[in-house]
Amino acid sequence: MNVTYLDAIREAQAKALAQDERVFLYGQDIAGFGGAFKATKRLAEEFPGRVLDSPISEDAMVGLAIGAAIDGMRPIIEMQFADFSSLAFNQIVNQAGTHFYRTGVPVPFVIRLPSGGNKGSGPFHSQSLESLYAHFPGLVVLMPATVEDAYTMLLDAVQLDDPVIFCEHKLLYYHLKAEKLPTESLPIGKARIARAGTHATVVTASAMMHEALKAANQLAEESWDIEVVDLRSAKPIDTDTILASVARTGRILCVAESFPWGGLNAEVIARVVGEGFHLLDAPPLRLNSRDTPIPYHPNLWAAHRPTAASITTALRKLLGF
Amino acid sequence: MLLARVLEDKLASLYRSGKIVGGVYLGRGQEAFSAALAVHLDQSGGDVYAPLIRDMAGRLAFGEALIDPIRTYLGSPLGPMRGRDGNIHRGRPREGMLAMISHLGAMVSVVNGVLLSRRLRGIPGQVGAACVGDGATSTGAFHEAMNQAAVEKLPLVVAVANNQFAYSTPNDRQYACADLVDRAAGYGVMGYRCDGTDLEECLDTFGEAVRRARRGDGPQLVVGSLLRLSGHGEHDDASYVPASVRKSSLGGDCIELAAKLLLERGWADDADLATWRSEAVGQVEEVLEQVVSEPLPDPMGETWCALSVRHLCEGNLGA
Ligand SMILES: Cc1ncc(C[n+]2csc(CCOP(=O)(O)OP(=O)(O)O)c2C)c(N)n1
Repeated sequence: MNVTYLDAIREAQAKALAQDERVFLYGQDIAGFGGAFKATKRLAEEFPGRVLDSPISEDAMVGLAIGAAIDGMRPIIEMQFADFSSLAFNQIVNQAGTHFYRTGVPVPFVIRLPSGGNKGSGPFHSQSLESLYAHFPGLVVLMPATVEDAYTMLLDAVQLDDPVIFCEHKLLYYHLKAEKLPTESLPIGKARIARAGTHATVVTASAMMHEALKAANQLAEESWDIEVVDLRSAKPIDTDTILASVARTGRILCVAESFPWGGLNAEVIARVVGEGFHLLDAPPLRLNSRDTPIPYHPNLWAAHRPTAASITTALRKLLGF
Repeated sequence: MLLARVLEDKLASLYRSGKIVGGVYLGRGQEAFSAALAVHLDQSGGDVYAPLIRDMAGRLAFGEALIDPIRTYLGSPLGPMRGRDGNIHRGRPREGMLAMISHLGAMVSVVNGVLLSRRLRGIPGQVGAACVGDGATSTGAFHEAMNQAAVEKLPLVVAVANNQFAYSTPNDRQYACADLVDRAAGYGVMGYRCDGTDLEECLDTFGEAVRRARRGDGPQLVVGSLLRLSGHGEHDDASYVPASVRKSSLGGDCIELAAKLLLERGWADDADLATWRSEAVGQVEEVLEQVVSEPLPDPMGETWCALSVRHLCEGNLGA
């Protein structure tokens, strides 16, 4: 059997629906049509009345999820693209993010965000918004990079008692494959050493993890031994695993597809500098997408976001200090 | 209504004497419209209620204990918001009263979610109510939620207290349709209009709206015309409200009008009215006395964790 990242997300939702009657799905075109990416294919048939098409109303979609969660349900909201969650920003950060702290009543629900760039997707279908949501208290922000994590983290997210922003990467949907669905997983909030190494640490997540692995393999040909840490979770950040890695390598490069100003990379570096300055043999570096809207043409897009090539260049610089 | 008025008068004086921080936002003049909805809701039967800024009367009618608003305004750790939120931003979601966020229009879809949950769980016959002002009807959130409720045919009652001004903005800068109730047709829901100063009319109108929602007729939109008889908050003298509007029938005091009706019909006499008022004053004073003797929030005892799953909190960051 061959399971894609997208299959894993579909299967996790099927399993969540099957094993927990509190779960229902709500989003645009997700019922009979099966979703813009087919992440809910045939689920409406298999679970009648529990996979519901919503109007194009991102604010009300999330508001509804919050109300249902208050009432004991476990909704999963599909945003058609992460980019459109900007319309639900208020409900996410001000309603969901504050609810438990204010009232003591948790709001367990998941928002799935098809995130990240793809050839030709342009400024409004390509964004990576994890740093934005991670900025606000009261939210858990997850970024699965593998088929296995896409499956187990989504199942774990549904069972978590707090709101989860689940950032899926569209580039991984069809191309990333595994032999089978996993039976065990790391807990939510734990990072994973995706590749062990001794000369430098790359801290990254989601699709960028695969670019970082390519860069590491390329540098391995020159006898550089790069460690790659797959964060899995943007909030909370597994600072311990990062610091332990930096203790081994003395060097850190953070790679993310989000825009460069502030954000996850800046946060990781601030923590490493603050808590592990003595471990560093070189200045910490970061690589993000550029500070422009995400361009349409593949030539421009390829030069807008970090790639294996630009990560390799950045690592050479880091190793040269 | 009377208890709400007396309580809010007291809160206003506490604000003026500096004992309440932030602000005090009153529903003076809107008590009849607010309470008339809430008395038709059945809290113990599972109805859900999302009051807004000017719904002290509705909250008390729904079943809120008098001590909750007082503790919340004073930031008591024993209140429902434990000093973490204040004034009108309070509720007990598990008991059917949602805790409004400031962002206008945002609570309506949350009520929709509770109602959809009831449907999915196979619980029939419960209704949800959401309160907004004229200004909130201009938000995208309000529009999305009205449409969403209509599409799902949810048992939602929306009360629009049209008090002619959103803060200082008059209706002619807020919307251009002839009457806000015309929006109902656009959403495909039932619409009602009533004189928000007339308790009897408000009771009849909400009675009908709640009945219809409960029996499965889908969302009901009730627009009441009235005036708030105070500033937006106690910091505001509402000098932007023209004298002609104040003197018009919109500016009638619903409590005085209701008292007049009771006297006319012989359902109460002056002595009853005086007794009710002094009882209300007594209750407010008694609870206030208790709350001011209670402990204050303690930053050392605060969890500083916004997640219910404690081990995922990054509590070591900040401050
Ligand atoms: C989305 C949003 N924008 C602005 C505000 C600031 N604000 C608070 S109350 C208010 C006026 C509200 O008017 P209306 O909805 O008519 O209710 P009323 O105060 O008249 O009861 C404004 C502008 C807010 N709370 N929410």
